[in-house]
Amino acid sequence: MRGAPAVPRIATAAFVALLVAVPLIAPPFWVTLGNYIGLYSIVALGLVLLTGVAGQTSFGQAAFVGLGAYTSAWVTTQAPVSPWLALPMALALTAVVALALGFITLRMKGHYLPLATIAWGIALYLTFGNLDWLGGHTGIGGIPPLSIGGFSLRNERHYYALIWVVALATLWASRNLLDSRPGRALRAMKGGLEMAEAFGVNGARLKIVAFVYAALLACLSGWLYAHLQRFVNPTPFGINQGIEYLFMAVIGGAASVWGAVVGAALITILKEVLQDVLPSLLGRSGNFEIVVFGVLMIVLLQFARDGVWPWLARLAPARRARAVPAAAPLPSRAADPSRDVAILTVHRARKTFGGLVAVDDLSFEIRTGEILGLIGPNGAGKSTTFGLISGALRLSGGDIAFRGQSLQSLTPYEIARLGIGRTFQHVRLLPHMSVLDNVALGAYLRGSAGVLRAALRLDRAEEARTRAVAARAIERAGLAAHTFDEARSLPLGTQRIVEVARALAADPVLLLLDEPAAGLRFLEKKALADLLRGLRSEGMTILLVEHDMEFVMGLTDRLVVMDFGEKLAEGRPDDVRQDPAVLEAYLGGV
Amino acid sequence: MDLSIAALLAQDGITNGAIYALLALAIVLVFTVTRVIWIPSGEFLSYGTLTLAGLQLGKAPGTVGLLVALAIVAGLVETASSWRQGALARLPRRLLFWVGVPLLIALVLARAAPLQWPFPVQVLLTLAAVTAMGPLQYRIVYQPLADASVLVLLIVSVAVHFVLTGLGLWFFGAEGSRTPAFSDASLQAGAVVFSAQSLFVVLASLLLIGVLYLLFGATLYGKALRATAINRIGARLVGISPSFAGTLTFALAALLCAFSGVLIGPITTVYYDSGFLISLKGFVGAIIGGLVSYPLAAAGAILVGLLESFSSFWASAFKEVIVFTLIIPVLLWRSLATRHHEEDE
Repeated sequence: MRGAPAVPRIATAAFVALLVAVPLIAPPFWVTLGNYIGLYSIVALGLVLLTGVAGQTSFGQAAFVGLGAYTSAWVTTQAPVSPWLALPMALALTAVVALALGFITLRMKGHYLPLATIAWGIALYLTFGNLDWLGGHTGIGGIPPLSIGGFSLRNERHYYALIWVVALATLWASRNLLDSRPGRALRAMKGGLEMAEAFGVNGARLKIVAFVYAALLACLSGWLYAHLQRFVNPTPFGINQGIEYLFMAVIGGAASVWGAVVGAALITILKEVLQDVLPSLLGRSGNFEIVVFGVLMIVLLQFARDGVWPWLARLAPARRARAVPAAAPLPSRAADPSRDVAILTVHRARKTFGGLVAVDDLSFEIRTGEILGLIGPNGAGKSTTFGLISGALRLSGGDIAFRGQSLQSLTPYEIARLGIGRTFQHVRLLPHMSVLDNVALGAYLRGSAGVLRAALRLDRAEEARTRAVAARAIERAGLAAHTFDEARSLPLGTQRIVEVARALAADPVLLLLDEPAAGLRFLEKKALADLLRGLRSEGMTILLVEHDMEFVMGLTDRLVVMDFGEKLAEGRPDDVRQDPAVLEAYLGGV
Repeated sequence: MDLSIAALLAQDGITNGAIYALLALAIVLVFTVTRVIWIPSGEFLSYGTLTLAGLQLGKAPGTVGLLVALAIVAGLVETASSWRQGALARLPRRLLFWVGVPLLIALVLARAAPLQWPFPVQVLLTLAAVTAMGPLQYRIVYQPLADASVLVLLIVSVAVHFVLTGLGLWFFGAEGSRTPAFSDASLQAGAVVFSAQSLFVVLASLLLIGVLYLLFGATLYGKALRATAINRIGARLVGISPSFAGTLTFALAALLCAFSGVLIGPITTVYYDSGFLISLKGFVGAIIGGLVSYPLAAAGAILVGLLESFSSFWASAFKEVIVFTLIIPVLLWRSLATRHHEEDE
């Protein structure tokens, strides 16, 4: 959902009408096909969130489908238990397995997860086939049908209705989820993890949440499948099916929830056609449709990596929000009334990279209500110092404390929680999201809506207030005209200001700015300086790492000058300007 | 379990492990130079066994058709890209390499099959034919995606695995093949019997590992590949062509896989789709080495072989389950051992 425009209501209505029409007018063959498309859509939808949005690839979803199917099959054939009671059992078991697997594998770099999913996908499949009490390779038969309030679902048409009600409900919930506080954070996981963590997102936890969500959807699909077929065996839960689920999501367009449905429909129908056509064409029967799927994937990834959905979406006129609904902003942190008290203390900080000492016994403090400038020639260690304070880098020695609390062992998201906001030297915006969404991500810690609240759309009041916060920060930064623009459409200088607005949305006590004026034009610099002065007058404390002398001299209260990792001078801008050591470092001696 | 059974299982495990080690090396080689997680390595192993088996039976193996098909596609891809770059003058030479050479090998293979040449010549022909498919695969699939992320390359690799499995069924048929043992001799050492076949597999693997070590440590081409592995842009700046490095890497890796196919032929029946599971065992080994270390990958692969053979004794139905579940503690260990800084794209 990389800022994908919302689907027009009429298109959604047409789709639902088509769904309703199929069982009424189409032959049974299409109803069966529709059932499979619905079941596969539910699984692919999980992959849209996990892979397309959060950037974590899984080839093992078929195993979770199997877990759902087998749990319900076993429970309902062992004892006269209602399938509706078996469903929570299946979901619980899947959640436990997914949590365990996710906890282990999601800590690894991107490409280990998919490899691990292949391995446990095969392991779970072989387990189903080798356990005698699960029927071995023959499977389990005689699974009771579902019934709803005494009405027993007896034929494909009945299941068609149920499957698509469930599929549409999961679509609705997933779309809601993406358009919410956790959804914004989830969308940042792909390519923006470090940035999101700087605004309080616990990336590791969120990835596991996405993983469990996808596993639960797969389990739900498996449960439906078991009671539709009333028979399960290991075959449909093997690794090839797991790979096909991923192909569905990627071919359909893994960035949008609708891509799941499009992909599931395309692959299912194509497979049906190919299994009809290929054997007569080739004069041999075999699993030849996988060649076509494979070639399709290779060509698609070479030429149209975003899948089919973006092409379809372009056909319909986009529906775009054009106004931020009025709402009271989220509550702000109580302003810190103290002035001129040390808020951040850097004490003999030291950072080495191998033999290189980037920061060498550096000590200084930032005092409340001031703008402190950290300057120095190239390679002086400014950015390293910035990284140490923001938690992106670990100290080799010494200590950095915020309001007396050491930041040493804290992760970036814990540091964000203390009220420290930051910008990035290399702009870290989510390029396909609107400016409003990007800035709203800054307010992550000020909201509390979780996955469940978001999926059920119970978060709208808070969401409106979050948007109000974001809109206000954008307005303050002077970017109101760009509120709904895609971030990537803005010039680099403006993107830097968006970074500042995002940091403001976090309502920080201490604002860390990493070269915010780089690439700005004269008037933009002036506007930025005015903004920072305004923030200072409201009691915000600001650390400014900057190259631009003129900008720094006119704005800061005090300066710390670094050279070769050490502190060269500290004091008021006018004094520092006269300091012979500083002149020597900058001008090579006079 | 007594000592002689344990020795037998260990011998089995080490023999299989040596084959997995070759695959693990190929996987690490491809990953470090091109960032491709080479899932379809297993298909090259199957193709190796099946090609040799075809030659043994005196009939043209499916490899002939595969080579012709790949050469035609590569020719089309090459023509299209030369056309787009406006470099048609270079096209004949490129076509000679991408189409001429594979077709020549296919021709020799087709003609040689009924002649029943001596076994070592058949092995060499097999290696040549399967090795030629490595660079073709790189040219057709991976070179156009050289700048894609590791994840995209991985998904593509899985797609290639699908394609090669399907093509394998088409060109080689559904029947499995076994090739005769290189030697039926055996060595008695106390209560333990070593088969000459196992010794040969282990020695051959060790030899290949040694050759690779020398190649990478001491030759200019090896250094060029290492340079590409460490820094693609930097290597490019000093005049190493990434596509040349990719071509060379895929040729080497395909050779390793083809050779393991030749080695595994007498040990187990190989079907068109057997390679996948075997290559995944190589992957478990490679992951133990973090996908970058050759010695750790080889050691990991031997460990996988041993684990597999001992678990087939205790719980034969679950031996694959045990091997693939092993990846979880391995990943846990690696995740605790490395503090990674991630930005996946």
